[in-house]
Amino acid sequence: MDGWLGVLIMIGLGIGFAGVMVGLSLLLGPKNPTPEKLAPYECGMAAVGDARERHSVKFYLVAMIFLLFDIEVAFLYPWALALRDLGWPGFVQIVTFFLILLVGYVYVWRKGVLDWGPVSSRVRSQRPKAA
Amino acid sequence: MFNSAFDAIVPLLCVTLAALASMSAEAFRGKGERMPIGGLGIVGLAGAAVSCVLLWNRNTSSFGVIVADNFGLFVTMTLIIVGLLTIMFSSQVLDLHDLPRGEYYTLVLFAIAGMIMMATANDLLVLFIALEIMSLAVYVLTGIRRDDQRSSEAAFKYFLLGAFSSAFFLYGIAFTYGVTGSTRLDRVGTFLAAQSMADNPLLLVALGLLLVGFAFKISAVPFHMWTPDAYEGAPAIVTGFMSTGVKAAAFAAFARVFLSAFEPFSADWAPVVWVIAAATMILGTVVGVAQSNLKRMLAYSSIAHGGYLLVGLVAANQVGKAAILFYLLAYAVTNLAAFGVIAMLGARDRANDELRDYAGLWQSHPALAALMTVCLLSLGGIPPTVGFIGKWYIFSAAVGSGYYGLAIIGVLTSVISVFFYLRVVVMMYMAERDGAPALPRVGAVGMTALAIAIFAIFYLGILPTAVLDLAAASISTIF
Amino acid sequence: MIPLGHYLIVSAILFALGTAGVFMRRNLITILLSIEIMLNAVNLSFVAFGRAQGTVDGQIITFFVMTVAAAEAAVGLAIIITLYRHRESLNPDAFTTLKW
Repeated sequence: MDGWLGVLIMIGLGIGFAGVMVGLSLLLGPKNPTPEKLAPYECGMAAVGDARERHSVKFYLVAMIFLLFDIEVAFLYPWALALRDLGWPGFVQIVTFFLILLVGYVYVWRKGVLDWGPVSSRVRSQRPKAA
Repeated sequence: MFNSAFDAIVPLLCVTLAALASMSAEAFRGKGERMPIGGLGIVGLAGAAVSCVLLWNRNTSSFGVIVADNFGLFVTMTLIIVGLLTIMFSSQVLDLHDLPRGEYYTLVLFAIAGMIMMATANDLLVLFIALEIMSLAVYVLTGIRRDDQRSSEAAFKYFLLGAFSSAFFLYGIAFTYGVTGSTRLDRVGTFLAAQSMADNPLLLVALGLLLVGFAFKISAVPFHMWTPDAYEGAPAIVTGFMSTGVKAAAFAAFARVFLSAFEPFSADWAPVVWVIAAATMILGTVVGVAQSNLKRMLAYSSIAHGGYLLVGLVAANQVGKAAILFYLLAYAVTNLAAFGVIAMLGARDRANDELRDYAGLWQSHPALAALMTVCLLSLGGIPPTVGFIGKWYIFSAAVGSGYYGLAIIGVLTSVISVFFYLRVVVMMYMAERDGAPALPRVGAVGMTALAIAIFAIFYLGILPTAVLDLAAASISTIF
Repeated sequence: MIPLGHYLIVSAILFALGTAGVFMRRNLITILLSIEIMLNAVNLSFVAFGRAQGTVDGQIITFFVMTVAAAEAAVGLAIIITLYRHRESLNPDAFTTLKW
């Protein structure tokens, strides 16, 4: 238990220091609010509109796709750690896994989810018809 | 190809490759171009069927986690039949509602791949992943009509309770792993055989959680709440698919886990399953009588049929285990055909799934009315259909194991259920069509699929011996 | 070293919190989060059991569960979005087209 005492003191000091600093600035600091000072970003562009407006569903789609592909990468870490033990069979397995993911990626790509411009996706899907 | 570590997953590979191929085909499909993507699925399923036949009796295993024993292969064959019939029924429905064809077939194939994996999994973790592969695909299929609010709502309810139940299932796996030190079913079984329940109360927790997870998936009372809503809101053909495929896969896994790995504790779980089976049969039948929507009625009927299957699981003798397999096949063919009829009678703007929509079907579609009658009589268990044989074996298994109470409840509920099946039949033949819009025509592919299903219903009903022998041979390998 | 029982108790509490959240929350997204909490509670159990047995199996299983949870969240959110387009609401009590 003795070994943890230092940690405890450190946590106490940290919290205490932060509390004292914030408290001091509340007590002593001059209060002179202006609309500019209350804006989310005091220096920079003036904020336009409310942040709670609707976003394009594209953001959602990209976020979801990012989430899925990001999580799949998690399988690379244990594989990389056990690389030498697994040998070629392990390599073939992980390549198969990523080939399956690749099919998903190609699907997402061809369906135009990754096209961000509002026009380009429509142009691309209509071009084969015209040609 | 043969005698390698990959043998047991060949059926699974066929279906998965077909799914990936149809996904790629959809990705490279030009706008407005038509591709025979359903055909790809049929090819993949046919390949899986051939590999099943070749693997029969060879009892292979891949990496110890997927086993192609006869039990798994029998269920796999059932699932392949479900898949083939679903794809054949779907074509017309997809055109009617202008649904995304490529995505639809891809999801159906991935769902079947998950189901096959579930039926052949020999590891609880693989079982969980298979369950999720299947479920996620079916959630999306349920909500595939995005313009229809009922479809989206059904998808959400199904998703919510499905995800909720899989968390319970996973927690059960965690405890099993914690106590036995393995997720492999054979090792769990060996470990448990040397234990008694008093040794470790955590085992009781594991058993209970796994039971809850399975009960949700097979929509057993009291975990059936999602079933009527999900079945009513989903497009009829998807309802047919999930009421047969999901149920068959979940039951196969249920039987494998509880009759092999947890068999040493059957004295602990059998009484609980007894109560669940009785409640499921009674509730499914009694509430089913009061329904006016055909899909909802068949949803309750499907709950009741889950109860009959549980009777076979409780009986757990040789007849009972074979009867579960036979009943799964019988129920799959019959129920899918019934939902196929409903799906193909649906119009663009109205589902035509209310009971009164079927008034006078005999005058407008005599062939369909006759086929629907056969399906309903088979669901009710009237000879010479397959439903009768299935129920006969289930109940004789219950009597054989001394579960007279369950057998009596089963027979009584069957008799009551005949009432609501016959109500539809009476509606089709006796009632007059009162000014409702005319029902659409049914295409050739759908009629072919229906004819195949009806042939199977009669064939298995009159000459069941060959398939029953197969079912009996299937269970001898593992239990 | 912290004994196995403590991990299991924390895990059970988390799981119970998630379960309660599914029943009591009145926002679809929060319900989805509650289910994720349940899955992560199970993950904690797996890691604790794995550590108690001195193998890495438990941690490997966690990877699979995480992947499944991500896929589930993606599908769940997609379904929620289609629902929202129909009803402009995230309150589960608003969805009554089908008898609950």
